[in-house]
Amino acid sequence: MSDIAFGLLAIVIGVGASYGLYWLLNFLVSLLPERIRKKNDWLAFLTPAATLVILVLIAPLFQTIAWSFMDDSAKKWVGFKNYVDLFTDPRFLQILLNNFLWVLVVPAVTVAFGTAAAALSNQVHPRLESVFKSLIFMPMAVSFVAASTIWSYFYAYVPPGRPEVGLLNAFVKSLGFPTQPWLTIDQGHLNSFLLMAVIVWLQVGYAMVVISSAIKAVPEETIEASQLDGANPWQIFISIILPQVWGTVMSVFVTILILVMKIFDIVLAMTRGNFNTSVLAFEWYKQFFENSNVGPASAVVTVLVILILPLMWLQIQTVRQQEMLR
Amino acid sequence: MNKILNLMQKWKVGSTLGMLILVAIWFTPTLGLLITSLRPSSLAETSPWWDALLNPLSSIWTIDAYQKSFSAGMLDSLINTIAVTIPATILPLMIAANAAYAFTFLNFKGKEFFFAVLVALMVIPLQSSLIPVLRGMVALQRALHIPLTGTYASAWVVHSAFAMPLAIYILRNYMMTLPRELIEAARVDGASSYQIFWKLILPMSVPALASFAIFQFLWVWNDYLIAFVFVGEQKAVMTYRLLRLLGQYGQGWRDVAAGSFISLIIPLLVFFGLQRYFVRGLLAGSVKG
Repeated sequence: MSDIAFGLLAIVIGVGASYGLYWLLNFLVSLLPERIRKKNDWLAFLTPAATLVILVLIAPLFQTIAWSFMDDSAKKWVGFKNYVDLFTDPRFLQILLNNFLWVLVVPAVTVAFGTAAAALSNQVHPRLESVFKSLIFMPMAVSFVAASTIWSYFYAYVPPGRPEVGLLNAFVKSLGFPTQPWLTIDQGHLNSFLLMAVIVWLQVGYAMVVISSAIKAVPEETIEASQLDGANPWQIFISIILPQVWGTVMSVFVTILILVMKIFDIVLAMTRGNFNTSVLAFEWYKQFFENSNVGPASAVVTVLVILILPLMWLQIQTVRQQEMLR
Repeated sequence: MNKILNLMQKWKVGSTLGMLILVAIWFTPTLGLLITSLRPSSLAETSPWWDALLNPLSSIWTIDAYQKSFSAGMLDSLINTIAVTIPATILPLMIAANAAYAFTFLNFKGKEFFFAVLVALMVIPLQSSLIPVLRGMVALQRALHIPLTGTYASAWVVHSAFAMPLAIYILRNYMMTLPRELIEAARVDGASSYQIFWKLILPMSVPALASFAIFQFLWVWNDYLIAFVFVGEQKAVMTYRLLRLLGQYGQGWRDVAAGSFISLIIPLLVFFGLQRYFVRGLLAGSVKG
């Protein structure tokens, strides 16, 4: 019971303090002489956010880059040693390959499913549409850890002779094939693809919702015109609707691409990076929390940041375009 | 015959069928978890969950697993998760709303540049700053002799910081659409920026605040990494405890069905109750990782 009371108290104090902070800042600014105050009133609004961003995001990022050139305990400079070690380690090259596979497969598959779901859901009865969409969208509310348990049941493997409890193995068996401990099979990176299925499951709802709203915004006249020309629904979709929502499809693609580059929790929860399923963000976790190697861990995450840089540029371009349209 | 064809046309049978298949695929894994959690845990490994679905009357249903899960610490974890999540949702909302106001309505040097930096930061993985923040906190708590790591407050601060770029971005985009004349009029009437923000801008921004709040709530509730690094063992949140139960190779999956469902209930309620706002947030570009 005292835990609940403590939790409540913590919430009230935490929230109250933040209001008090802004009151105090504004009070301090109001003490300034009129002329200076008018020019600097933005300080009271921006200082807390700026402090957080600089102390927790920007400064640590540079610290991480600096540490990537230091040894395991971040005491001695070692030059490029960590990077040389990484790129001469076949295990790390496999990790890069895994990351590459994730990036290659997940955004494309998710967007394809999302577009299909969006196009189909627009055709069905409106009342059914919202039910269907909610059910496909629901995984968005599920944590990566819970998603992992859900899918652990799906991939479950029991020793031969006992009744199958995993749906996948039951299905495989009903087709007459031997059952498999799926997540341990890294031939052709099969287990990595099985992990990817979980992310596709989580993200298709997002793609569907965003693309569906773009499809609804397509002008009716363009569709009616081609209907009069005798085009079938498939032709209408390919030649009329898809070109008009292509920009939205691409932005969803990029968003999922960025998410997938940083993929971490699923690998942690389902395989702990074993059986050759590790990815960059997980390797960082392992290097630091399991091996306490600050230098190598920092180098791994720096590689990840460098790979993400082009996407950052893309992000700024997209935002700039949106600003122009404003 | 024609009648049936007409009806098929009206209900778009093909599309409905396609959607039904997709929905069935999407929903089945979750259904499996739900049914497993409602059966005796000894059955998890010996009898498939769809047996219970096919013969609902002859199978045993029980909430034992939920009781066991609660008494094994899931209730504590639920409280911890709430204590982490609520302030970690409200704090960044307040801080970001203030900053978004400055970015939208006030003038200062380097505004465009700072905004570009924020947009760039939306893409940066949080892993890239976690180790220095953790080490900095440890050094600070040694120097000041106050506990920082292992407290709710450290998670609030870190979650707030990581939410900043996206939150400011969404809220600014929304505030840009508010009528400027209204703000100018208030200024002419002698209102200070502080008053304009709290009395005018904040109430008018409620839709955007709501969609970001839902988004941040789900994000923090479902987060594992920050809770693991900054809150840890003593005040284990639900994701942390579940992962512990799940074990090294996911071999603990029999015991976590009920726990997983407990962790899902509140986000699902929030999600279905406020879906409209959530979708609006998504359309405003709110996705982070």
